[in-house]
Amino acid sequence: MSELRRPIESGVPDSKQFMHPALVRNYGKWAFHDRPRPGVLRHVSDTGEAVFTVKAGTQRQLDVFTIRKLCDIADAFCDGHVRFTIRSSVEFMTTDESKVQPLIDRLEADGFPVGGTGNSVGFISHTQGWLHCDIPGTDASGVVKALMDELVDEFKSEEMPNRVKITTSCCQINCGGQGDIAINVQHTKPPVINHALVAGVCERPAVIARCPVAAIRPALVDGKPSLEVDEKKCVCCGACYPPCPPMQINDPVHSKIAIWVGGKHSSTRSKPMFHKLVAAGLPNNAPRWPEVAEVVKKILSVYKADARAWERMGEWIERIGWPRFFELTELPFTKYHVDNWRGGRANLNASAHLHF
Amino acid sequence: MTKKMPPTPMLDQLESGPWPSFVTGLKRLAEGDEGKAHSGIMKSLLGQLEHSYQTRKGYWKGGTVGVFGYGAGVIPRFSEVAEQYPESSEFHTLRIMPAPGFFYDTKTLRQMCDIWEEHGSGLIALHGQSGDIMFQGCRTDQVQPAWDKLNEMGFDMGGAGAGVRTAASCVGPARCEQACFDTLEAHRTIINDFTDDIHRPSLPYKLKFKFSGCANDCANATQRADVAILGTWKDDMQVDQTEVQAKVRQLGRKEFINQVIRMCPTQALGLNDDDTLDIDNKSCVRCMHCINVCTKALEPGKDRGICILVGGKRTLKIGDLMGTVVIPFMKLESEEDYEKLLELAHNMLDFFADNALEHERTGEMIERIGLVNYLEALGLPLDVNMINQPRTNSYIRTDGWEEEARKWAGRKTSAAE
Ligand code: SF4
Ligand code: SF4
Repeated sequence: MSELRRPIESGVPDSKQFMHPALVRNYGKWAFHDRPRPGVLRHVSDTGEAVFTVKAGTQRQLDVFTIRKLCDIADAFCDGHVRFTIRSSVEFMTTDESKVQPLIDRLEADGFPVGGTGNSVGFISHTQGWLHCDIPGTDASGVVKALMDELVDEFKSEEMPNRVKITTSCCQINCGGQGDIAINVQHTKPPVINHALVAGVCERPAVIARCPVAAIRPALVDGKPSLEVDEKKCVCCGACYPPCPPMQINDPVHSKIAIWVGGKHSSTRSKPMFHKLVAAGLPNNAPRWPEVAEVVKKILSVYKADARAWERMGEWIERIGWPRFFELTELPFTKYHVDNWRGGRANLNASAHLHF
Repeated sequence: MTKKMPPTPMLDQLESGPWPSFVTGLKRLAEGDEGKAHSGIMKSLLGQLEHSYQTRKGYWKGGTVGVFGYGAGVIPRFSEVAEQYPESSEFHTLRIMPAPGFFYDTKTLRQMCDIWEEHGSGLIALHGQSGDIMFQGCRTDQVQPAWDKLNEMGFDMGGAGAGVRTAASCVGPARCEQACFDTLEAHRTIINDFTDDIHRPSLPYKLKFKFSGCANDCANATQRADVAILGTWKDDMQVDQTEVQAKVRQLGRKEFINQVIRMCPTQALGLNDDDTLDIDNKSCVRCMHCINVCTKALEPGKDRGICILVGGKRTLKIGDLMGTVVIPFMKLESEEDYEKLLELAHNMLDFFADNALEHERTGEMIERIGLVNYLEALGLPLDVNMINQPRTNSYIRTDGWEEEARKWAGRKTSAAE
């Protein structure tokens, strides 16, 4: 074994060394931008220099061959520079307008859909899932791939009222963040405890503390220290599972998918909003999750047809009201939609404002 | 061992369709050069993933794997079904921090690919949710050699566990006219001052910074970061009225009114008779909407800086929280400004380290102790911008009222001076 090497604690490197030189030249000097066509941005600086960005979707989980293919494209068109967006799209920049169309053609020919700009459905931000996570209820990569296949036309055009950010999360921790539409695992049964393993694997006080509704108690099972769950109290959130894997929350049938809508991080127009539950109980139907796709597409089509220009999903629903949302989407409204969590009263209608 | 491709009837169904397929990528790695390590690892991995699809369950467990000198950054994954899929029985991830804004040159990316082909599975996520490059699929004995090479390239390990995490930022001044501060520079300055807390986590729980150049919050900081740093401006927005008139002509009057005037959240806009814009800057909340629509005509003001929202987090344990304002405005231009921000960030971290309960995020801690206690501990002045509206419940002890009112008057006087 080689001698152990001390790490170089360098932190993050300076971005400028990797940037396209036109971005370095015009750093902080941009005057305005427009979008000549979907998938293409044009940024013009105070000096009059213009940079064209061509944006394309990727599978995020990239094999080295695909990354090298992207590098070949960047070498051929962008002097060897490339960047990625927060949502795993890839961006190619050039100052040469005549390269834009050939670049688009090349990306499309190599299987990377060009789009994701303006009021489009962006790439779905996703978590690790069965491929790599230790607690996943589903496989984000698969859900995202299956859905993007269905939504690719909306990725490649800019025909939505505003941008649509879709997120997925493979457990109820909601690592995907807030989304106009969020597709998240929702467990429906309390954890099944593998008592033989608890004492060996779990720090019991930490597990008890993790439960948001204090449903877990220490217990002796078959003479061994273990835990028990008050199944009447348990909200099936799965919070106890990461610190204690013997608290098996994932279930092939009872771990379902729920759909939430109207979340946003931005403060543009309205303040940031949390997404709200609209559908649950959808089956975790790998490998293509058709039931999920159907609900997502229904919500998107109603939003697209009914929202005013620039209304994000949540803003549109605030204007038309929830009765109209459930009417238009034909989703059932149930007792589970009525919030009873801490502070949940704020989600009740304390007014005589009624929709008919 | 297994040199045959495993049957993957379910995964195969994810190869068709117009969107690029990760399954095709995994198969390519599995089918690739038999001499390469990834060929065996990926055959095995595909077998396990297919098993997950068939049984609708995950089969990874954590453990302890790291590199010399650091206490975080490697996400250990051991297979629970290793007997069936031995070659991917160890499938760890190295979290490596990219340059702020996710910029690369192809030389760097190719070098990373070569390293990962030699030492790992050949699978790289660009990027993980926290903003790391995720080098996925590494055997325990290959973690240190892979890390040594990535580190020698000038890249450092990202965060994991109860420490400061890898940050994310929007593209900022590199390619956006709307950026009100240098998101990339701020990102680098802060993160590189916290490397010890990234690499040797010893906090109650994680702490995340994210940087967005304006209220559009392209880095999703408001809910996804404990400390969200967002650009804004204090003076009047900049207007080119000739361009406003051009925009009115382009959209048509009715559409301009629908898309710009009516969408302003605070009714700060009006259209004049000559198709120029009437802006009530005192009512404007710097939301960016009108600027987004009229990119040529409107621009943030010149007196730019940052606001800081603290407490964003996801569901565990009390529910999702948005960050809320603790600094409505500060400049971030001079060296002193940056030093002030660093000092503040360290104070936030120290207070969190000393006062949060185990596994509590900053937002939950503030919810428990109250925002005012947090502000007082950090020595931050109260500001009306921190609230949506004043308290609505009378059950509050107010016997310090006169002194507090004096303090407020004092601050107002000193601000005026
Ligand atoms: S699933 Fe959630 S509510 Fe149920 S016991 Fe575990 S932590 Fe508590
Ligand atoms: S930035 Fe937002 S609040 Fe300000 S005038 Fe424009 S639309 Fe209104």
